[in-house]
Amino acid sequence: MTSAALRRAHVPMPVVVGVAAAAWLVAWFVNLPLANWLAYGALALEQGSHLGDAVAFFLYDMPKVLLLLTGIVTIVSFLRSFVSPARVRQALAGRGTLPGAVAAASFGIITPFCSCSAVPLFIGFVEAGVPLGVTFAFLVASPMVNEVAIVLLWGLFGPGIALAYMAAGLAVAIVSGLVIGRLGLERYVEDYVWTIRAGSTLPTFKPTLADRIGDAWRSTADILRRVWPWVVGGIAVGAVIHGFVPTELVVAVGGSGNPLAVPALVALGVPLYSNAAGTIPIVEALISKGLPLGSALAFMMAVTALSVPEMVILRRVMKPRLLATFVGVVSAGIITIGYLFNALTA
Amino acid sequence: MTSIQVLGHGCENCKRLEANAREAVAKAGIEAQITKVTDDPGIMAFGILSTPGLVIDGKVASYGRVPSADEIARWLRP
Repeated sequence: MTSAALRRAHVPMPVVVGVAAAAWLVAWFVNLPLANWLAYGALALEQGSHLGDAVAFFLYDMPKVLLLLTGIVTIVSFLRSFVSPARVRQALAGRGTLPGAVAAASFGIITPFCSCSAVPLFIGFVEAGVPLGVTFAFLVASPMVNEVAIVLLWGLFGPGIALAYMAAGLAVAIVSGLVIGRLGLERYVEDYVWTIRAGSTLPTFKPTLADRIGDAWRSTADILRRVWPWVVGGIAVGAVIHGFVPTELVVAVGGSGNPLAVPALVALGVPLYSNAAGTIPIVEALISKGLPLGSALAFMMAVTALSVPEMVILRRVMKPRLLATFVGVVSAGIITIGYLFNALTA
Repeated sequence: MTSIQVLGHGCENCKRLEANAREAVAKAGIEAQITKVTDDPGIMAFGILSTPGLVIDGKVASYGRVPSADEIARWLRP
């Protein structure tokens, strides 16, 4: 909010950016001592007690996650304003299915994706001659392997799990694309899609640097406004798990001893759409209580990659059979990843 | 009179873009008619790959982002 007020007063953009960055750094370094002081000092909770640990976890994790989101989403939104989907499409149109699917999945990491854009994107890709399998590799990777998920994973678990998630997500996207491409399902794309003759348009006006920074800040504020209740809820649940849920219970229900854990977690993840920000703190708490990595990854991937609202939107361009294949192939891929990582880390 | 079209299915961003366009018209002090295009073939006819899109006098001014009212006003001034 401060930077919006500063902008109105016509302070030069570098000053606004500098002040915002300095404020962010101060908040980042003050967070841990402040949380400990609040929990064990001001509230006089006992260090090592169930309640004390739960409260300290909540007070430390909430600002940390919100700070990470604010900082990284602003930077990524700014950078991605330079990568247009039109350029991605151009790069994908001439390729074969395998190199195309690999490139499409990688582009999916950096390009913006909002499910409301899924239809124009799908039509635009298919219509420009991007093979169906390549288009699907992009559609799978784009929501699943995104900056919010990677940054939260990196911040809460460290680089190992963040990179494992990224690699697993790319693998699922590429293999799903190859499988769907191989099945030859073009006739299950809604017929009108093939009749649309879309031109390829570049916007008349190029945004200035200040426009791009303003855009990035506004879209970050917008994302924060939408996800903060989920983050707070997720961390509250995570705090309760940290403080009160016994490790033996998590291991018994979600561990590799229970063969149905992975598919059950995937089924649970589908309705939790776009709340990666709220899910990851819960998963963090569960992993610290012994939930195996594979089960955790499968759950997070199901949350981000498969969602009911997105399926409703995609139904406009896909006949039920294609949509069902898409969901089936992606679910199978995620479940495989879950079992594989559980076996590797067992 | 300037014609302005807002392309999108009615998501949050499209509503913000429409509001910004209205504000920009007032700021630029011009006469303009703002219409919405919400059907897929209609949106795709402009060749945009992500929504929302803003079309001024038949030309795509921006897409995939929500330009501010000030920015749109700059485009509208003759």
